[in-house]
Amino acid sequence: MDQRTRLLEAALFAAPRPLALDELSVLDPDATEADWHAAALELRDHYDADGHGVEVAAVAGGWQILTRAAFAATIERAQFATRPQKLSGAALEVLSVIAYRQPVGRAEVEDIRGVSSGGVLRLLQERGLIEVAGRSEGLGRPLLYATTPLFLEHLGLGDLGDLPRTEELAVALRTAKPETT
Amino acid sequence: MFRLPRPPERQESDPAVTAPVAPPVPAQQDAGFVVTLERFSGPLDLLLHLIRREEIDIWDIPIARIADQFLRAVHVLGLDEAAEYLEMAARLLRIKTQMLLPRRGDAEPWEDPRHELVRRLLEYQQIREITEWMDKAARARALRYARGFVPAAPDLPPPPLEFSLEELVEALERVIAMIPDPAMYRVAPRPLDVEAATSRVLNLLAERASFGWRDVLPARPAVVDVLSALVALLELARGGQLVLTQPGAFAPLVIDRGPAYQAA
Repeated sequence: MDQRTRLLEAALFAAPRPLALDELSVLDPDATEADWHAAALELRDHYDADGHGVEVAAVAGGWQILTRAAFAATIERAQFATRPQKLSGAALEVLSVIAYRQPVGRAEVEDIRGVSSGGVLRLLQERGLIEVAGRSEGLGRPLLYATTPLFLEHLGLGDLGDLPRTEELAVALRTAKPETT
Repeated sequence: MFRLPRPPERQESDPAVTAPVAPPVPAQQDAGFVVTLERFSGPLDLLLHLIRREEIDIWDIPIARIADQFLRAVHVLGLDEAAEYLEMAARLLRIKTQMLLPRRGDAEPWEDPRHELVRRLLEYQQIREITEWMDKAARARALRYARGFVPAAPDLPPPPLEFSLEELVEALERVIAMIPDPAMYRVAPRPLDVEAATSRVLNLLAERASFGWRDVLPARPAVVDVLSALVALLELARGGQLVLTQPGAFAPLVIDRGPAYQAA
């Protein structure tokens, strides 16, 4: 590993959150984002090849050092770390709608789910998983919600593109009835 | 023919829904409301469950049969009070009646009354699949720890705080919602009546050369009476009309005519 990769390793170790490539430029102004990307890949391969207990993961638009899943139960049993609080089914359902329809208002979320969702929206907002992204032009100018980087972190996603494409799902959304045979 | 895929889980075989003519079980009705709402995340979820169980073609839902089953399930599960379920029940019954109306041959294109419901069901089914995918992703992520996990502190808006009235009211509602037993009090303004207290002191001064602190107060003094009297006494003492003396520590005040006192 060269000097830059070691510097990246130190930065990822020190930071309590995923570090984005553009943030890393303050460490070394001479290095481009592509250089940092290459360094991150090198560090990841290094960890993987040598069989470390931690891995370098692409999370929420950045890179982060995470423990490997294989050790989760043992570490938790020893109470060295606690799992982040799980989200309820309703909360995940609202997140699903927002992730695919953002920015989206409460009325549309409730229309798709068929149940009132104000409380869940507030909870998700308080936990920082969604944020107000603006207001609709519609009547009463209702608030529009969008997902935050913390949402990606919670699911361990690099960016929204890591979500499954709707065509890949078992039921793709059909707007019109297909021709019956 | 388009059938919804059967869900991988949904553990129990739903005795409540499967029972043909299940009379409402009292115990379940009492405890059931919250519990069963947990099991079905809403009327669309319950409807999808019924359609899957019956292995029905979603594009040709036998609406009368499904409406009956939906109503029975709502009743058995003790969801009669949940407005969203009742709304769906009403919607199903309306579609059922629309299906019974005679169609006017080929003259007009016939709009299938079930179409909108099917669209919503498929849309919701897709959301359910995304939700399951997200649940798996979140579980997998929770197995990997970041170093010294520190929850992010909320970003404070830059000073000075700027917010709309609406946001202020929303924040207030959140605070009120956190109070376990919110009791609302109306705060009535009760201003000090220094004027009345001053005239009472002046009357006493005219009668007697010296009197005690208690004499200034009415029979059952409220906080405002005490404060009004105190302000009146201090104001008169400042003008030299009376002299305040306290003979000892914690002793009652003694009020004497001051050098500037002039009988009215």
